[in-house]
Amino acid sequence: MIIAERKPLNEIMDMIQDARRILVLGCRGCVTVCSAGGEREVEILASLIRLGKQKAGQSVETIEATLVRQCDREYVDSIDQWDGKYDAIVSMACGVGVNFIANLRPMAKVYPGVNTTSFGGSAEQGVWSEQCAGCGNCILHLTGGLCPVARCAKSLMNGPCGGSVGGRCEIHKDVPCIWQSIHDKLVRIDNKEGLAAIAPIRDWSTAGHGGPRRTVRNDLTV
Amino acid sequence: MPFIPNIQAFCCHYTSQQTLAEGPERMKADGFPEGITIHRLVCTGKLEVSTLLKAFEEGADGVYVAGCPVDKCHNLMGSQRAAKRVAAIKSALAELDVEPERIEMFHLERGFHPEFVKVAQQMHERISALGSSPFKGEKK
Repeated sequence: MIIAERKPLNEIMDMIQDARRILVLGCRGCVTVCSAGGEREVEILASLIRLGKQKAGQSVETIEATLVRQCDREYVDSIDQWDGKYDAIVSMACGVGVNFIANLRPMAKVYPGVNTTSFGGSAEQGVWSEQCAGCGNCILHLTGGLCPVARCAKSLMNGPCGGSVGGRCEIHKDVPCIWQSIHDKLVRIDNKEGLAAIAPIRDWSTAGHGGPRRTVRNDLTV
Repeated sequence: MPFIPNIQAFCCHYTSQQTLAEGPERMKADGFPEGITIHRLVCTGKLEVSTLLKAFEEGADGVYVAGCPVDKCHNLMGSQRAAKRVAAIKSALAELDVEPERIEMFHLERGFHPEFVKVAQQMHERISALGSSPFKGEKK
């Protein structure tokens, strides 16, 4: 899922300093699962916005709503029910949601309520860790299912750097060296000869270095 | 006129049981301060962050939560969960440049009456010293 976390409140309050009617808009997708921008977080942020405005001596009205998703036109269209009732939208969806609202409602002032941090999974309750970089050219079949692009600090493709010590990365003792993990995994599944293969120079154009990426499925387009 | 802080106390059934059984007159005689409203809950673990924030929105100068001892909650981890939510609100208050000590978590023995009154007095003194809530500003 896409992982996000609430932005610092002073940033949000700065964005909406001139707004008096604010639509705080959550998303029932990934940000609900990672407890950053679902219904509960919308309720909390709306309350904090009202308190911040009260402290500043400003009157404010908030509308709290959560869409099924903010990354699909048909759900974003439902914000029209609040037309004329808000000065600004604080979207608690990932950056995709903010972009979608900005694309589809050119006159709306839409601001991000969260920082979108990574593609990850829930390592334990309340902890999420990055697992995928969305680089557009998956090589997990070569690395035992463990991603060196996302999980090696240097995104190395041919084994660990000299900073790998005791299976830990040199950037922090809590970060495993993913190349050590790849090595161990390939040995466990009896595929260690795969480690000897030299990875070709990588084409990063699929990772966003070739401009914004676009996926077209002709079997689905109408 | 002296400032009597508006304090909202969220207390679990077990920590507040003995005090509340006494009734308002005897609580007052025991030194339970004025201006504190007790909200009795089945467990503090049920408390939502938004409920505590709402108390500030509705005019509380201070808020506190009284739950079971950390390792002896009737519902295992309820008071630990409440403590984490209180800590989250402390952080949010700090972000809004408001004193985090306007909210506090207390872990109390069940039905241990003097301690229940003591934390109420402690919060009363603390919030009296801090003064009125900064969220009560004049509207522009």
